[in-house]
Amino acid sequence: MAKTQVNPTRMELTKQKRKLVTAKRGHKLLKDKRDELMRQFLDLVRENKALREKVEEGLRKANGNFVLARAGMEDEAMNVALMAPRQEVYLEMTTKNVMSVDIPVFEYSTRTTDPHDIYCYGFASTSGDLDDAVKSLADLLPDMLRLSECEKSCQLMSIEIEKTRRRVNALEHVMIPNMQANIKYIKMKLDENERSTQIRLMKVKDMMLEEAHHYKEHAAAAE
Amino acid sequence: MYKIAVIGDRDSIYGFAALGLDTYPVSEKEEAARTLKTLAQGTYAVIYITEALLSLLTEEVAAYAEVKVPAIIPIPGASGNTGAGIRNVKKMVERAVGSDIIFNQ
Repeated sequence: MAKTQVNPTRMELTKQKRKLVTAKRGHKLLKDKRDELMRQFLDLVRENKALREKVEEGLRKANGNFVLARAGMEDEAMNVALMAPRQEVYLEMTTKNVMSVDIPVFEYSTRTTDPHDIYCYGFASTSGDLDDAVKSLADLLPDMLRLSECEKSCQLMSIEIEKTRRRVNALEHVMIPNMQANIKYIKMKLDENERSTQIRLMKVKDMMLEEAHHYKEHAAAAE
Repeated sequence: MYKIAVIGDRDSIYGFAALGLDTYPVSEKEEAARTLKTLAQGTYAVIYITEALLSLLTEEVAAYAEVKVPAIIPIPGASGNTGAGIRNVKKMVERAVGSDIIFNQ
């Protein structure tokens, strides 16, 4: 049943029909968008899961190494050693458009090009454990960056998927049935009007013929 | 040109300083919220936050979910893995798919 009030006119019918065509087309497109987004999202989220497990495991190990390094060194010496980092990381961010979602792509560059140039302290006053700890963390950095890229993309895509799904559902279960009901209502009303016009014309014709030829009187006279 | 920040308790994050990431040791909630806000407005594209701190700043972090920059990524701290990071991913799957189809296998 149409909830909205529509005028049962031919013009309105054409309008509703045109709207229905647009809505159906939009529904199909949005459904395709949702399916494709979902496919990409699932791929990405699987990668995200694997990366996260890897990074969390790596960080656990790195943290353990740092605890070890701290145990073997004075707190002050440790602070001094890490005070002036030699390395700096810069991120260059570009975006990639995946089904209208802008997902970030990070490209990182370091200040010095040598990837082993991470030890920002003299080796004389620090323990070897600190070297291991810094190394384990440095090895993890590319994965961590990939993880952040992946996770942000997943986040943005999940929001977009939710939105698209709502739109698809609204079109499928509300808008399109509503319009179909409207069209049916207008059609029935128009048909009804046409029938009543037809009947009225037939009646009028009967009356006019009766007026002209006096069928009833002739019939009565014949009896 | 963007940079990377790490925010959390000092013990968990000081190692990142050696790699050239900017570390911001914080301990209490208000301070953390303020720091996060300034960092998000700055030139940081990625902000790593310890899971322990994330649990205190859920609302503040949620505000940045829909924007492209910065990406706020939970990492386990020195006190151990609370599982908040994986839970976060789970929540995203639930939001997109409607139910969790990746992790409950």
